[in-house]
Amino acid sequence: MAETLDRAPTITPEPGVTEETKVRKFNINFGPQHPAAHGVLRLVLELDGEVVERVDPHIGLLHRGTEKLMEARTYLQNIPYFDRLDYVAPMNQEHAFCLAIEKLANIEVPVRGSLIRVLFCEIGRILNHLLNVTTQAMDVGALTPPLWGFEEREKLMVFYERACGARLHANYFRPGGVHQDLPPELIEDMKTWCAEFPKRLNDVERLVTGNRIFKQRNADIGVVSKEEAYAWGFTGVMLRGSGVAWDLRKSQPYELYPEMDFDIPVGVHGDCYDRYLCRVEEMKQSLKIMLQCLDRLDKTPGPVLTEDNKVAPPRRAEMKRSMEALIHHFKLYTEGLHVPAGEVYAHVEAPKGEFGVYLVSDGGNKPYRCKIRAPGFAHLQAMDWMNRGHMVADVAAVLGSLDIVFGEVDR
Amino acid sequence: MNPLVNPNANPVVISNPGASVEALTSFGEAIKADSAGAVGGVHVEFGELTLTCPATRIVDLLALLRDNKNYRFAQLMDVTAVDYPERAQRFEVVYHLLSMTQNKRLRVKVATDEDTPVPSVTPVYPCADWYERETFDMYGVFFSGHPDLRRILTDYGFHGHPLRKDFPMTGYVEVRWDEALKRVIYEPVKLPQEYRQFDFLSPWEGAKYALPGDERADTQAPGTPPAPPPNRPAG
Repeated sequence: MAETLDRAPTITPEPGVTEETKVRKFNINFGPQHPAAHGVLRLVLELDGEVVERVDPHIGLLHRGTEKLMEARTYLQNIPYFDRLDYVAPMNQEHAFCLAIEKLANIEVPVRGSLIRVLFCEIGRILNHLLNVTTQAMDVGALTPPLWGFEEREKLMVFYERACGARLHANYFRPGGVHQDLPPELIEDMKTWCAEFPKRLNDVERLVTGNRIFKQRNADIGVVSKEEAYAWGFTGVMLRGSGVAWDLRKSQPYELYPEMDFDIPVGVHGDCYDRYLCRVEEMKQSLKIMLQCLDRLDKTPGPVLTEDNKVAPPRRAEMKRSMEALIHHFKLYTEGLHVPAGEVYAHVEAPKGEFGVYLVSDGGNKPYRCKIRAPGFAHLQAMDWMNRGHMVADVAAVLGSLDIVFGEVDR
Repeated sequence: MNPLVNPNANPVVISNPGASVEALTSFGEAIKADSAGAVGGVHVEFGELTLTCPATRIVDLLALLRDNKNYRFAQLMDVTAVDYPERAQRFEVVYHLLSMTQNKRLRVKVATDEDTPVPSVTPVYPCADWYERETFDMYGVFFSGHPDLRRILTDYGFHGHPLRKDFPMTGYVEVRWDEALKRVIYEPVKLPQEYRQFDFLSPWEGAKYALPGDERADTQAPGTPPAPPPNRPAG
């Protein structure tokens, strides 16, 4: 610092004229270990006083080479990698990968399996939005909402655990359905939770939605127009917050979504506050879908996984009696599933936006190439123009409303 | 049909709702006719439309697809590459487009090699910026006219392009904290045991390599006791 000052030219002011101070642009590092960076993000901010002039996100600090690792593993071994992408809503990611395999191999899913998938995808959406909405409130100064929100998240993760044995890294979806059926008590407990959750959500909303500080920090911050949202590849809430009615569950429906009754909330101004409102409303709609799934699960007995043993392993009891079943089991867990050659792009409406899997198969038991299209990657690269002209404190608010999780951005 | 099977499940995820194979093909042919020779081929597979395009024309084609009122592919969802080392032009750069007004998806493919750059599509779709950086980082495909073609996902100072098929899965270097130097240091990868790549492909159907012992089936010296009957075809 001292050196810079020494070299600065000395200007002798005219007598009686105050010297004009030259302010240097100021570069600061935001992260990689910053609580508002939502993970390991390094932002190089160029500031003019307190106004942001340029943002250069440096990503890849959590890069684990998922796509490379997947090329060396069988399809079944690859499903757990998808939990580790967006670890806030793990099953939505698995869903895209299973859909890609099902599309290539033409596998059909039993209705009950499909219902359970929809149910857990919506739980994932609530998990994600609870985290995002409440931590966004925390980024702008409120501490209570995350404490309340995380309690509900914990209950949902217990449902995950009771279904598949793990709170986060579920590994529950399979090509052709889901791994295990749900115990009846779990369905009852989910119904109880669904009855209680609106009250909890209402509590959070009463704290946040009308809050003056929250509005001051979020309204008219990070405004995205429709055209910008198109040009920058925005999907999900980032697109709907700008007033584009586009949701893959409605427009390019998959699974049992065409049979579900729900609405798509759309924002008006495209600012952080509208995106917050969209997320809260989406949680209510997800709850509606969950209740429909739970009702239908009671009336729909049957298998949850396809009974084609070339794709899905036979049940344990069957293996004790049938030689054929034992061989199928052995083949599936060593050689694995062979997926016909071809390439597909499977897309789901993950909580953060369009999550896509571009799967290229050469007919073997491992993917030849699997490209993961993470919504957060497209959203994060908009940090630069979204923040220009904003104050440095708004960076945290914009980043919060982009809904970034580094597991999926860095892959 | 089994009543327990989901009637919507075939296919489970639909990229072009309501469009038959014929409709998609004619849609692709219409683009081909409009493109003034930029489209080389039109394929429809799994209900998805794929166009191939020479690298030099990719910017024209994407600009046409974005701006023509019959297509309106306003969004570029993804840019990536696939490596086929046995081809002369080993890389296939793949663009995924989405048209919300047409409710259609489209894939455009461009072939290139290690040295030939592909024109950057950032003037048409600004979001291609990071996708092209990632493709460059992972495959070493160059994009000419890109504003800032730096590495994006790999470490600062990384060498090589990890998603190429000739790059080993374990990589070349590993890092650790050195207590004496008080910094992170880079060392060549040391594997406690040899990396074992099991492919588990059944020798009955399709393994194309020789297994240990296969050579004995061919080089049986006369007079020695006959080899045990081979339980798999050699090779």
